Amino acid sequence: MSEKRLSLSPARFLSARRRHRSAGLVVLLFGLLAVGSAYAAFAPDNAEADNSAQSQQIEEGRKLFAVGCASCHGLNAEGGGNGEGKMAGPSLIGVGAAAVDFQVGTGRMPAMQPNAQIPQKPKAYSQAEIEALAAYVASLAPGPAVPAEESYDISKVTDEQITRGGELFRTNCTACHNFAGKGGALPNGRYAPSLMGVDPKHIYEAMLTGPQQMPVFSDQVLQPEDKRDIIAYVTALQEQKDPGGFGLGRLGPVSEGLWGWLVGIGLLVGVAVWIGAKGVRAKGAKAE
Amino acid sequence: MSDEKDNLPAVSAGDEPNGQVQLAEPIPDPGIEPHEHRITDIDPLAADRVERQVSTMFTLAGLLALGSCVAYFAIPRDATIEFGPLTGNANNMTLGLTVGLALFLIGAGAIQWAKKLMVDNEISEERHDAGSSPEQRADIIQGFQQGVEESGFTRRKMIRRSLIGAMGLLGLPAIVFLRDLGPLPGRSLYNTIWAKGIRVVNDVTLRPIKPSDLVVGQLVNAAPANLAPIEEESPVEYQNAKAKAAVIVVRIAPDQIRPKAGRENWGVDGILCYSKICTHVGCPISLYEQTTHHVLCPCHQSTFDLADGAKVIFGPAARPLPQLPLAVDAEGYLIAQNGFDEPVGASFWERG
Repeated sequence: MSEKRLSLSPARFLSARRRHRSAGLVVLLFGLLAVGSAYAAFAPDNAEADNSAQSQQIEEGRKLFAVGCASCHGLNAEGGGNGEGKMAGPSLIGVGAAAVDFQVGTGRMPAMQPNAQIPQKPKAYSQAEIEALAAYVASLAPGPAVPAEESYDISKVTDEQITRGGELFRTNCTACHNFAGKGGALPNGRYAPSLMGVDPKHIYEAMLTGPQQMPVFSDQVLQPEDKRDIIAYVTALQEQKDPGGFGLGRLGPVSEGLWGWLVGIGLLVGVAVWIGAKGVRAKGAKAE
Repeated sequence: MSDEKDNLPAVSAGDEPNGQVQLAEPIPDPGIEPHEHRITDIDPLAADRVERQVSTMFTLAGLLALGSCVAYFAIPRDATIEFGPLTGNANNMTLGLTVGLALFLIGAGAIQWAKKLMVDNEISEERHDAGSSPEQRADIIQGFQQGVEESGFTRRKMIRRSLIGAMGLLGLPAIVFLRDLGPLPGRSLYNTIWAKGIRVVNDVTLRPIKPSDLVVGQLVNAAPANLAPIEEESPVEYQNAKAKAAVIVVRIAPDQIRPKAGRENWGVDGILCYSKICTHVGCPISLYEQTTHHVLCPCHQSTFDLADGAKVIFGPAARPLPQLPLAVDAEGYLIAQNGFDEPVGASFWERG
């Protein structure tokens, strides 16, 4: 407190003591005190802040959005273009919290560069930050919410339900994601990503929101228990072991044929060359 | 000179001197090169070393065969091996490795034995003529004629004619039995089980669909509601009917749709329904990209723009996907206004 009183004293008083031995220390203490007070006054987690927790989270999300997302999606998430390979991102009005949780939670957003397709990568935001961003985008217009944990809880599914999930998967998903969930190619450099290692929540959100070129499978059409069964089937695919040790991408005859032709026949050709090769000769020597 | 002539191809070595060009061999036959001895032929120590190598391979193969039997019983069936990202069944892998290596070692030992120790004198074998000798030919022709004579085939005309008749008639069943390839398809290629008022339901779950269930960008793999009862009657008919009647329902922002003339009211608020069967060779297609409204056939990369009447924009397909006109029934569910107005699936001869 004595430092504070000092700092409030007239300029002459300070000027006379500016070369005092401890002047530097006093200034430093004063600076620290001022910064600490300012932080206490403005920090978002101040108990005296009159905002409710939710509007505070939205406000935090808005700030994060302005820094990390607005350059492509616009300052108010109104979109900077049509989102079809252009520099700017699409409007996020009405995409809902589920879309944000999927895109940011799988690391697709923030995008590195506007390629044919935005790839999955390590996520750039913490779970709390993702929730704040999702709360902000959800506050703009109604949209699909992040699914509740019990809707993708597959700990109690029966074998019958997994089988039913397989039937739904083969009808709705295999066209693009391959019968083993390994993904596949689409036109113009786009692709359906592999489903190996994808979190159940993100599978649910992908079906719910239709990220990038993937179509939407809304909860009214593929109802939550349908989605749960599909997730259970995909999880069963993910956990399936390859008895031979090497799945070759589980792509079936293509990769197996390539292996057989290149490696298998290559080895046979190598042995044939060995059989036919003329060994070392002792020129001009006579047999004993 | 006469030696060279023997080596020429038969064509140029014709008997008649009718102006045929006598081809001279471009390079004289050098014969077999002189035999060179191998190290194992002249050095008994080297030969003994190779013998030890070969016998070691054979012994190892035997031990591996024994080892595979031990592994068969010793390694539990559900044990797994993990090697980096690869996982495998330990029992399977050990059996494969031991038996495979044993077989390989027997082969490798045999090759080494043959190459290093077995006699390797070069020899040449002349090819013999492909044709039989004139005496043999005359002999066979004479035997055949004698057979004809003795069987009385030319003399006993009744036998000959009845036999020829019977053999000819035996060709008939081969043609008549082809009838089982039928019945002819008739008009079945032109029609599906879609008809006026049939509800559009989800494939697998069979739930009917309300327009409000679908958001822009939605894809539904759908079927007609009258498909399920057919499965009870005849599984074969069910598969045939489903293969023709499968459809995809999509919802596109209405301002992006360019309907063809006369099809303006075939959609419901941007909800459009198309046949799922590619018009090229009939693969089921649902690789739908909601950003471009394109649906891609995985078989031959035909691409259709669903916002533009399923126009073919790439690939070998010749016709757009047939569109199913949609309406909403009194309870608010999607129904077909009518069946398809053209055959679904691959082109066929009669439709041109």
